[in-house]
Amino acid sequence: MTAATADAAPAKDPAPPGAGPAAPPAPRRIPARAGGLAVSALLLALVAAASVALGAKSIPPGDVWDSLVSPVGSDTDVVVRQLRLPRTLLGLLAGSALGLAGALMQALTRNPLAEPGLLGVNAGAAAAVVSAMAFLGIGSFHGYVWFAFLGAAAVSVLVYALAGTRSATPVRLALAGTAVTAALYGYVNAAILLDTAALDRMRFWTAGSLASARMDTIVQVLPFLAAGFALAALLARPLNAVALGDDTARALGARLGSTRIATMAAVTLLCGAATAVCGPIVFVGLIVPHLVRSITGPDLRWILPYAVVLSPVLLLGADVVGRLVAAPSELQVGVVTALIGGPVFIFLVRRRRMVQL
Amino acid sequence: MRTPIHRRTSAALRPAVLRTPGGLSMRVAPRTAAVVAALTVAALAVSVLLAGTGDYPMGPSAVLRTLAGQGTAAEEFIVLDLRLPRLLVALLTGVALGLAGAVFQAVSRNPLGSPDIIGFTEGTAAGALVAIVVLNGSSAVVAAGAVGGGVLTGLAVYLLAWRRGVHGYRLVLVGIGAAAMLGGVRHYLLTRADLVDAARAVLWMTGSLDGRDWSHVWPLLITCAVLVPVVLGRGRPLRMLEMGDDAARALGVAAERTRMVVMGAAVLLTAAATSAAGPIAFVALTAPQLARRLTRAAGPNLLPAAVMGALLMVAADLVAQQAFGDRRLPVGVLTGVLGGGYLLWLLWTERRAGRV
Repeated sequence: MTAATADAAPAKDPAPPGAGPAAPPAPRRIPARAGGLAVSALLLALVAAASVALGAKSIPPGDVWDSLVSPVGSDTDVVVRQLRLPRTLLGLLAGSALGLAGALMQALTRNPLAEPGLLGVNAGAAAAVVSAMAFLGIGSFHGYVWFAFLGAAAVSVLVYALAGTRSATPVRLALAGTAVTAALYGYVNAAILLDTAALDRMRFWTAGSLASARMDTIVQVLPFLAAGFALAALLARPLNAVALGDDTARALGARLGSTRIATMAAVTLLCGAATAVCGPIVFVGLIVPHLVRSITGPDLRWILPYAVVLSPVLLLGADVVGRLVAAPSELQVGVVTALIGGPVFIFLVRRRRMVQL
Repeated sequence: MRTPIHRRTSAALRPAVLRTPGGLSMRVAPRTAAVVAALTVAALAVSVLLAGTGDYPMGPSAVLRTLAGQGTAAEEFIVLDLRLPRLLVALLTGVALGLAGAVFQAVSRNPLGSPDIIGFTEGTAAGALVAIVVLNGSSAVVAAGAVGGGVLTGLAVYLLAWRRGVHGYRLVLVGIGAAAMLGGVRHYLLTRADLVDAARAVLWMTGSLDGRDWSHVWPLLITCAVLVPVVLGRGRPLRMLEMGDDAARALGVAAERTRMVVMGAAVLLTAAATSAAGPIAFVALTAPQLARRLTRAAGPNLLPAAVMGALLMVAADLVAQQAFGDRRLPVGVLTGVLGGGYLLWLLWTERRAGRV
């Protein structure tokens, strides 16, 4: 991932650092931000290309291209089209979903440390999926995706109930989320302890991995993610108003109740779907929105698109690094993001003044 | 964490000050003393029941007779060689975790600041997993790995949170970050293991008292004998520290040194408990809170928390052995589920009081 961070740095340049308050951006900033978005998209294309081209089996770039354009059924074609391509697509989708969910959650709770992984939403989905696997014997993706939604929804309601009050400081929220996560993982461990077969399936899933990506799971999860993305796109403006505080938002004509419910629905859809396919992955939704906010300033109409483009850069970058570092085996992407995200989190916490939202 | 101050204590149970003619004075809290005594009695009673539980059930009187050295040879073997070590590990683990939890909650000034949550337990789990998966070690190696992992994590978190002193909140958050990273390592090791090792590792990570013998008791007993008095002796400065560093310093407390000593002791206690029984979930979180609610006293309530921890452990083990018929669950499953429920309740009430 060091490569991805190093690559991400130039994206900062086009925009002025520390952009201003939530007021409408000065006209000259718009081209700069659009340019930044284009650079980010280019970066994403590069990382996606790396994800298709690099792996345990080294294939020359020319052959990779041939396999994509004119497959003949050779081993190389199978590796590229049936392993690396679905994996890359899944990384794109899941990364965008997690980053977007993180940005939405931070906007909704107005809390800089709000992140679906850290607050236990992913753990909720994981606990529900484990219950489905261990007790109901549901092994197919189509069966347990609904449980993932159920778990994610339950925890996001719980966390919001805890975080929505005025006195919810970042520390308290982070502690509450960690406590919920610890309780849920205790339950997950207990469930898989009773069933060795479930343990064998679950230990790979709970690490968070893109390795099991298949085209048909991607197709199955796509509608849910699409709904989540659409909902998020509609929420940028109302959430901008919410950022000004409840009273001001109401005075500006924002409908607070429906905005909150819609945001939680979007977070649930995005996190539930992403967790169901990849397993719980932490920190993507924390790092990327913070990075993006330092580029764009607090306007969600820019933060959300940036998050959609840059989050998969992180996730896919982490996946590629995990594949290369431990080749011919691999480091699961959830492990890599945890190892990268931990220091970033500690850095954010150590700053003199915690970022206020 | 700001303690709700209960004023409805009856006059007889209110803390009082004893003064001697020589100018010495001592604060006595009858309610706290009564709670400690009641909890101790309860813990011992449950222990006797627990020692009579198993494939060869024995009544309480038989257990007591055997402990007094008057049982048959078979009874002595069962009680003294098989069940007593397990019982002592449960009690000592409970004391260590309860005390460590009280210290962490006092230092972080938050009812959720327990070693479970802020990374030390994750550190011991990661250390033990390295011992199981990479070194394929015996139970002694696993215990050493757990202690090493816990102490290293504690040290790293303390140093990372350092910035002209360690602020309670920064400590908690840095611990959360470290826990997330170590969780990643743990997941990775688990996927690298073969299935037998993985099952052993998951059992270990759940926390279990099965098959504990005297070799598990001694290190734990020695650690507790040394460190429990150290922590209990720091009860007063720790209580001052809860009012904030400035107030504590004004009252003559060496804030940073006190914090370093009690936290070091708490980390070692947690590591010792974890190496003996695995990371038992939530005892460190719940014991101090339950104790506080019983004593209704301000401050860290160190001794009540320790005794409450012991009671929780033996009670949980008793239920885990009896409640599910033939299927004996590891004790960590029970404390995990009960602790999770308690935690939700705690979060809910704290929220309603506007404190979370």
